[in-house]
Amino acid sequence: MTAGPPRVDRLPVRRPSPVHRTRPGVKLALLAAFTAVVFGFTTLPVLGAATAAVLGVAALARLRPRDLLRQVRPALPFAAVVGALQAWTNGPVAAVTVGGSLVVAVAAAGLVTLTTPTQDLLDSVVTATRPLARFGVDPERVALTLALAVTSLPVLARLAGEVRQARMARGAERSVRALAVPLVIRTVRHADRLGEALRARGVDD
Amino acid sequence: MARIVLDGVSLAYGERQVLRDVDAVLTERRIGVVGANGSGKSTLARLLNGLVLPSRGRVSVDGLDTARDGAAVRRRVGFVFTDPDAQIVMPTVAEDVAFSLRRSPLSRAERAARVAEALERCGLDGHADHPAHLLSGGQKQLLALTAVLVTEPDVLVCDEPTTLLDARNARRVAQLLAALPQQLIMVTHHLDHLESFDRVLVVDDGRLVADGPPAAALAAYRELVG
Repeated sequence: MTAGPPRVDRLPVRRPSPVHRTRPGVKLALLAAFTAVVFGFTTLPVLGAATAAVLGVAALARLRPRDLLRQVRPALPFAAVVGALQAWTNGPVAAVTVGGSLVVAVAAAGLVTLTTPTQDLLDSVVTATRPLARFGVDPERVALTLALAVTSLPVLARLAGEVRQARMARGAERSVRALAVPLVIRTVRHADRLGEALRARGVDD
Repeated sequence: MARIVLDGVSLAYGERQVLRDVDAVLTERRIGVVGANGSGKSTLARLLNGLVLPSRGRVSVDGLDTARDGAAVRRRVGFVFTDPDAQIVMPTVAEDVAFSLRRSPLSRAERAARVAEALERCGLDGHADHPAHLLSGGQKQLLALTAVLVTEPDVLVCDEPTTLLDARNARRVAQLLAALPQQLIMVTHHLDHLESFDRVLVVDDGRLVADGPPAAALAAYRELVG
């Protein structure tokens, strides 16, 4: 027997609900429309309605709050920076609406990934981008890029955590350079190894 | 067993010569490759499924040239890397294994059956829906192995598959590899894993310096590294 991790939760993509049963293509189209509205009309009433819609769909999908929070958490620092810039240039209401819209859009995207098996999402992306094949676009490659973007987030978070700890161990907690340089190097090395592994699995064939 | 031929193989990265005039015919079921860090043994492994191509000479698998028939060679020769984190592409265990079959002509149901069977064979059937990046190191390496085995390759090349694992997980992975019906070529620093192998190659400074049964080849390697 192998030593298991302390606790590994199942991903919630298998829970039966109307949201889970909705076709991936429909979910992606709704997500595109939702995002267009949220960023097209950055007002407090729209933000409020969008937040209520995301929470309502999450409840319908029987997702735990921590599942959704896990999706949103990586976007929070970015939303804070955007909000701060908006507060400086356009005032506090713009800070809330623009920063909030970003978080709500990420949460909506998280709803799609949490309720749809990745293979089904990839198949939908391949179907949607197939007409672009005549212009030289490889639908499988587009789908693979999407999958890699999704799966690279936890890897990058782990790399950043390791570099941060190494920086602390060497007493350079405040050095941006001590964080950025090794993180970039390790990220490039990871990308290199991932590319080699994909070639070994015949992706380029 | 497949017949893998390295014929006068040399490989250089710019000025740096990594392999020099390697000749070997590999037909045994269990073949180990040992050598110090930087000796060229991982490059030798990568030549076998066309991940790298020789600067001079030729590598072939059952007559298929890795330079000319790379895709066909890769369908026959699976590759497992040292770091399983760099091999995981999909969010969940089952999805990552299924990714290997994405371009196969199998139906969805057939793919699901193959994935379930492969997961069970490698002891991961209880983890199908788990997030892959949250598995332990040993389980991640088993996942990387499963993702290769599901394509049913004739040959499996493993580049230090147990180096990053603790002793228990290293033993577990080694036992699983030893029980596979496929031809296995394994690069490793764990010399005890090679004692039951049919043949061991010793690589030093890009050359094949010893080649034979494990007892003789490992004795030569121990003498080499002092």
